[in-house]
Amino acid sequence: MSGRLDGKVALITGAARGIGRAQAVRFAQEGADIVAVDLCGPTETVSTPPSTREDLEETVSQVRALGRKADPYIADVRDLEALREVADRSVEAFGGIDIVCATAGITSSAPSLELDDTAWQTMLDVNLTGVWHTCTATVEHLIARGGGSIVITSSIAGLRGLVGVSHYTAAKHGVVGLMRALSGEVAQYGIRVNTVHPTNVNTTMIQNPSVRKVFRPDRDEPTVDEFAEAARTMNMLPIPWVEPVDIANASLFLASDEARYITSVALPVDAGSTQR
Amino acid sequence: MAGSRVLVTGAAGGMGRSHCVTLAQAGADVLALDLEDTRHELDATAEAVRATGRTCVAETADIRDTAALRAAVDRGANTLGGLDVVVANAGVYDVPGPSWTIDPQTWRRSLDVNLTGTWNTVRAGVAHFAGGGSVILVSSTAGIKAIPSASHYSAAKHAVVGLARTLANELGSRSIRVNTVHPGSVHTPMIINSRVFSRLCPDVDNPTEADAAAVLASRNLLPVPWVDPVDVSNAVLFLASEDSRYITGTQLVVDAGLTQKV
Repeated sequence: MSGRLDGKVALITGAARGIGRAQAVRFAQEGADIVAVDLCGPTETVSTPPSTREDLEETVSQVRALGRKADPYIADVRDLEALREVADRSVEAFGGIDIVCATAGITSSAPSLELDDTAWQTMLDVNLTGVWHTCTATVEHLIARGGGSIVITSSIAGLRGLVGVSHYTAAKHGVVGLMRALSGEVAQYGIRVNTVHPTNVNTTMIQNPSVRKVFRPDRDEPTVDEFAEAARTMNMLPIPWVEPVDIANASLFLASDEARYITSVALPVDAGSTQR
Repeated sequence: MAGSRVLVTGAAGGMGRSHCVTLAQAGADVLALDLEDTRHELDATAEAVRATGRTCVAETADIRDTAALRAAVDRGANTLGGLDVVVANAGVYDVPGPSWTIDPQTWRRSLDVNLTGTWNTVRAGVAHFAGGGSVILVSSTAGIKAIPSASHYSAAKHAVVGLARTLANELGSRSIRVNTVHPGSVHTPMIINSRVFSRLCPDVDNPTEADAAAVLASRNLLPVPWVDPVDVSNAVLFLASEDSRYITGTQLVVDAGLTQKV
């Protein structure tokens, strides 16, 4: 059976789990080989439990179980040279890169006027400059291939303000600016660049005690159900969050030839959140 | 604006000086801030403000330096007895090339000044608000529609919109309004220089301002090559004043139609 990404190679950052893993597996189901990149470790200022080497290996195993090739790479998106090395090595191994998913991201929270300099800077370094690094390390490989698709995971916070995360909102808006500039620069090479804007996604980034507490300050140790009740109020559709596969499906569409004339688009996958 | 006290960054020239004078003409006292090496021009801004009959305190700091900026704003705000309006105007612009060819220092400088410097300015300034007030972040049309070969600038100016939208949410209950202004091409040294002229007119040897004007005019809906600094200042004044008392979290474009041209 022919897949929608047969013969394609996709480099995905943040691939150890969550949205990145869902993209890796979903793309592999459609015939793509996967370059799976993740930090596999903690980032300062971030309270989300860190991803691990085992998480990244699990992603690779799931891709290989589908009969596709996958290689794991541990790299920090803040390190441009490390990403260049990953891209170069994966081109050697897989013959090229056609699709790039800049998915790696972090979150932390504090009111704008109380946020400290380190939390602000780390956020910009990972969620904005890290995306630029990912594109910068790979674009010339896509040009060499004669075309391609770059899918940047932004957020509803790339389209609207969210309380308590001004650094995150700034960075996620920032990648839209990057996407719009880059799409104009690479269109002549047959490369498309788009952003995806998820509402809350059912991943470790939100399913942890510190985020639950942000959503339910009225509870000492909010349960998942109490969190869901509050999260539901953000969306138009009666759901608290979307699943990683929903973001992977939107990314798959944008990565595939079905979207061959779609570029410079900011696509919300947000259950109506940004219009609520 | 009678009796209002405003902080303006990037006040030594261009749009910043124009904001200072326009706000002063409307009755505001001004804390004018810019880099130390612009001291001479900054003093000229202060003189222009004083010529309107208003008070002007000139302070110098690099908006990337949190502590120095805070100290300078504290000194100036204490002299004025507080602040009511922040105009985060300071910024840097260049067109280095396709995004994957930009060197990391150039990328970083744009984010540091245009984005983090703006956040630093808001933090330093709002600390002196006694009650409500108005925060105006000067973004760019590049904050709405990107400029190719300037992804570092486009990213930073988009990010400023995100910052403003969150700040508007966080500060609304304190009656502090937060909005962005998006100038297109403005007749300031930022674009009126031979480097920009050459970029705009790659086929012309030593292009003049008139050559550049023809190219820029072709990008606008209105038959003008650029807006003047005072046009942006008028928008800033509107957002600073009570005339816009229920306007917050929005983007005001002043661009002669640049972003809407088909």
